[in-house]
Formats: sequence, structure tokens, C-alpha cells
Amino acid sequence: MEIQSREEQDVTVVTVTGKMDALTAPDYQKTLHALIAEGRTDFVVDFAGLDYISSAGLREILSMAKVLKKKGGQVCFANVQGTVREVFEMSGFGTIFQMHDSVAAALAKAR
Amino acid sequence: MTCRAQIDHLDKVIGFVEARADRFGLDDKKKFGLLVAVEEAFVNICHYAYQGAEGEVTLGCGGDANGFAVEIVDQGVAFDVLSLPDPDITAGILEREIGGLGVAFIRKLTDDVSYRRQGGRNILRMTLHVPPGGAGA
Repeated sequence: MEIQSREEQDVTVVTVTGKMDALTAPDYQKTLHALIAEGRTDFVVDFAGLDYISSAGLREILSMAKVLKKKGGQVCFANVQGTVREVFEMSGFGTIFQMHDSVAAALAKAR
Repeated sequence: MTCRAQIDHLDKVIGFVEARADRFGLDDKKKFGLLVAVEEAFVNICHYAYQGAEGEVTLGCGGDANGFAVEIVDQGVAFDVLSLPDPDITAGILEREIGGLGVAFIRKLTDDVSYRRQGGRNILRMTLHVPPGGAGA
């Protein structure tokens, strides 16, 4: 799994590609913790290149979302598609998280 | 295949099942679901079956006209992973509990799943059915 981040004014776009499984999911937490430590609180996570996610991945997503919520921050998702999208919906994550069709749409909403 | 019940072996386990599923011709969507279910079962064994001690996991898979099945076997404490409750998927971000999704996925992403305890072993069997006409139809 690869994670990259970039700043788009007040929002941090985190791009995750590859697989989020029990082995790789902890890197998501590490990355977000580091960004939060830098003072970032608003995130858009781009899953366009994510082709696999298991409960380990969802656990890290939820765990970091709780951290952000308590800090008054937020995280939303872009390009959640295919089987990753189904997993999101199946877990009820589609209801508690905003999902957008593109990073641009997510950024427009976040501002 | 048999390997130690350690998360480090996840790639090997998933690779093994994926190769067999591809050979069988399981379609991508069902295959994705099966691989996640296998990961969930394997990770559960790694975390809980041997209670900190070393142990092994054995996987077997195969298919026929009805579908493709994976059996995952461990010799740890008697534990029926299917007996765990599903998480509350209606709870909001702060109320939502972190755990519980793994078991829900094993149930939802497979067409048939069963547990049995036999000869000191936990045996979990997960099956994906294929439509009449065979895989890839």
C-alpha cells in the first residue's frame, strides 16, 4: 500500500493506493497521526487506487475518524468504488462517512 | 498450505487462495469477497487461537460445479468465530465500536460458512457458489 499526502489550502488530501489489509492498515494510522501532529484537521482520503480493504482497514479508518472528531476535525472520502464501496456500505460506513465522486467534489464540500 | 499463525504470513495466505481461485475461474467480485473473508478468518486465528503461543494454520481450497470452497484449520482453543455477534452498523462515528466487523464480513462475503470442531481442530469452511453453467459463466 502506498500513501501520499498533499495540502490543498486548508485540506489535506491523502491518496491511498493498493491494499489496506491487516499488514498495511497500520500505516494509515501512522500517516494520519503524523499529519494531525502537524496541525492538520481536515482530510479528504482519495481511494481511487485502492483495490482491496478488509476490516483491519476499516478499523483504522474508524479509529482515526474518532480522533479527528474529538479534535473538531473531519475526514471524508473520494472515489470509493467497486468492491471497496460495497465493503463500506456493508459496514454502515457509507452512512457515517461522506463519500464523493471526486477529490474536487470533496474539496468543494469541505470548504 | 500450512504456515505459522502470524500476521506476517498474510500475503502468502491470500496469494495461495487467490491463485487457486483464479485457476478455478472465480469472478473478480466473488474472489474479492472471499479473500477478505479468508483474511478475517486468518487474522482471528493469529490473534486468538493460540493465546500468544506459536501455532500453525492450514488452508485448503478447491472447487467443483457448485462452487469454490476454502477450509481454514487451526489447532488452537475451541473457538467458533461465527458465534461472535455482528457489530451495530447504525451507530455514529463516536459511538461505533472498533471491533466486530471481521466476523460480519466472513458471513456476508461468502455464500455459505460453517464451523466444526474435530480432533482438536477448529475447522472453518467458506464457500462461494457459482451459477449453473460453471465458473466464469
